Amino acid sequence: MIPPGRQHLRELPDRHCLAAGTPLCAGCGGLAALQAVCDLLGEKTVIVNAAGCLTLLAAYPSTPFRGSWLYTAMASAPAGAQGVRDGLDILLDKGAIGTEENLEVLVLAGDGSSGGMGLSATSAAIDRGLDFLYLCYDNEGYGNTGQQASAATPRGARTATSRGPQGHPGAKKDLFAIWAAHRPRYVATVTAAEPLDLARKIETARNLSGPRLLLALAPCPTGWGYEPAEGVAIGRLAVQTGLWPLKEYVDGRVQHSKIPQPRLPVRDYFASQGRFAHLLRPENEQLLAALQDETDRYWQEVEEHA
Amino acid sequence: MTRTLLTGNGAAAWGARLARIDYLPAFPITPQTEIIETLDGWIEQQELVCRLVTLESEHSMLTAAGAAAVTGVRVFTATSSQGLLYATEMLYTVAGWRAPLVLVNVSRGLSSPITLEPDHNDVLAVRDCGFLQLHCATCQEVLDSVLIAFRLAEHPQVRLPVLVNLDGFALSFTREPVEIPDQSTADRFLPPFRAGSLRFRAGEPLSAGVAVLDGSTYSYFRYQAHLASLQGLAAYEKIAAEFAALCGRHYEPLECHRCEDAEIVFVMIGSFATKAREAVDRLREAGERVGLLRPRLLRPLPVAHLRRALAGKLGVAVIDQNLAPGRGGVLLTELAAALHGSPDAPPVLAGYVGGLGGREISSEEFFEMHREVRQAVTRGENPPPRLLFTGEELRAVRKLQQVARADRLGQGGEQR
Repeated sequence: MIPPGRQHLRELPDRHCLAAGTPLCAGCGGLAALQAVCDLLGEKTVIVNAAGCLTLLAAYPSTPFRGSWLYTAMASAPAGAQGVRDGLDILLDKGAIGTEENLEVLVLAGDGSSGGMGLSATSAAIDRGLDFLYLCYDNEGYGNTGQQASAATPRGARTATSRGPQGHPGAKKDLFAIWAAHRPRYVATVTAAEPLDLARKIETARNLSGPRLLLALAPCPTGWGYEPAEGVAIGRLAVQTGLWPLKEYVDGRVQHSKIPQPRLPVRDYFASQGRFAHLLRPENEQLLAALQDETDRYWQEVEEHA
Repeated sequence: MTRTLLTGNGAAAWGARLARIDYLPAFPITPQTEIIETLDGWIEQQELVCRLVTLESEHSMLTAAGAAAVTGVRVFTATSSQGLLYATEMLYTVAGWRAPLVLVNVSRGLSSPITLEPDHNDVLAVRDCGFLQLHCATCQEVLDSVLIAFRLAEHPQVRLPVLVNLDGFALSFTREPVEIPDQSTADRFLPPFRAGSLRFRAGEPLSAGVAVLDGSTYSYFRYQAHLASLQGLAAYEKIAAEFAALCGRHYEPLECHRCEDAEIVFVMIGSFATKAREAVDRLREAGERVGLLRPRLLRPLPVAHLRRALAGKLGVAVIDQNLAPGRGGVLLTELAAALHGSPDAPPVLAGYVGGLGGREISSEEFFEMHREVRQAVTRGENPPPRLLFTGEELRAVRKLQQVARADRLGQGGEQR
């Protein structure tokens, strides 16, 4: 069952685990989600990282983390989590370490790794029932190399490798559904712009064991084309327009944690970012209508199944 | 101590068992699979307390292996050929983590064409990844090398992963008499793993594998791994001496067979060197002053030992069971660089490529190489590099080509 969450922002932790002054871009939506996760998981965490923007958080000789960190490679962070988890379990079984020395294992990876070359290692870790938490910061492109299109890039978005008049021709890969198809312990979509929903899902995940995913929409000022100060508003718009449904998979069922009422037109979200500016041009009227239809159909199905 | 018949794979598994490994990340690949199956059998019979996890690829297997080793447990794993190459990114990475695990590679030729038979292109492709490399010629040596490899990997002045190599089929599936040390002897030789300060524990935050953003810092840490590898030579000699004192078997960095008064020396690694050994004995019977030098330790390369062992020799025949297209043999290049500038280096250094994809090397071919090197010594010039390949083989391949062509025509293809 999903426990009730906190009702007010003032109930969120006021002591922050992650040190300030990282080398990341101002307004990074991935960092904002990670901050919330670190605050609620606490110091007894080892982060197993895959290549991506957030890899630069731990750059010798500094780290913003109070817990531990292991950078692996782009394709195999879940396998690194397997090794650390198994190593700790072996030491616990032997009595070589006490439970107070145990750590929560957190995979930290972007959408490029999570939906691409890391997917095989992820799928295998889930079917082995690995006890780990996975935070995917989804900035909908290969952000660290200048926002080329990834498997998570939404249809129509302009990226460094989809500059045509209609933007990216592919559809966004549904990582939530891919995870849920494995029947793991927990999967949730989140975004830092909805901090109470995020906090509740982090705590839900923390209190479960087995494979658990937090899939965070991570607005990216440099890749998406907006001013850093607008990040929270853009995250909210993604939820309010219904483009980023907040939901969770638990005990075999998918539930939406927030149904946008009223649901704003997708155009409002597209108008907020440079990567979608071309969608508002008259020649893309049909594409814009198709994207609105797609979103409408999604929510219609949600209502029908409610 | 028990004396029994073991395959090379069985011997590798026994080495791991005697090392009391904690963790075995696994992935099946021919001809290695018997190693993990043997260990799995012991785990299921509760003869070995170890956690086996089958990963979905060798890349993940090496990631898990390295991650567990830096968490502070003793890790063993094994692979072959394509698997080793698939894991290559992580071989470099876990060496950089200074993860002291032991990896057995059962050598097999690389694709393409795809094959199951042995040669050394797989293990030499990862020559520079930071793993130390031990090369075995017998099943006994495989078992003993796994124990030695753990001591070496965990040595505080080394702390690098170690690769133990044996040849697919020729050793992996060949039964030889092997002495299995008692567990108490193995325990005396190899104490429990002490992780030191490199380990993950709550309350002791540690960052491993972190990014560096400038060339100086990068150079510093990369060179540290190089220096640690170089320290591995002295550490190896000390560890091998301790092993000899306990078990009576001596494993010098170089195996020298009848080299002392030899004029001509064969240089080879791996189990095919036993063929050279036999040829040397027969040439000796015929009165030829000839010897065999088999580097056991390839990383770090025992340069001073090589120079010493070959000082004053008239000619050397390097037999490379690998092929570097566009260059020739890898060992020839390594040896030439090691001997360069040595005042009494042999004047003739001849390169042969042979034994690719498990191709046999016959005694007659060793005699012929010996004859050719002698001639070169007399003439005072190096012979050109050669592939060990007979006219009869070429005719056999031509026949296969005819069959392939006939099949294609039979299926309605047109003659060109």
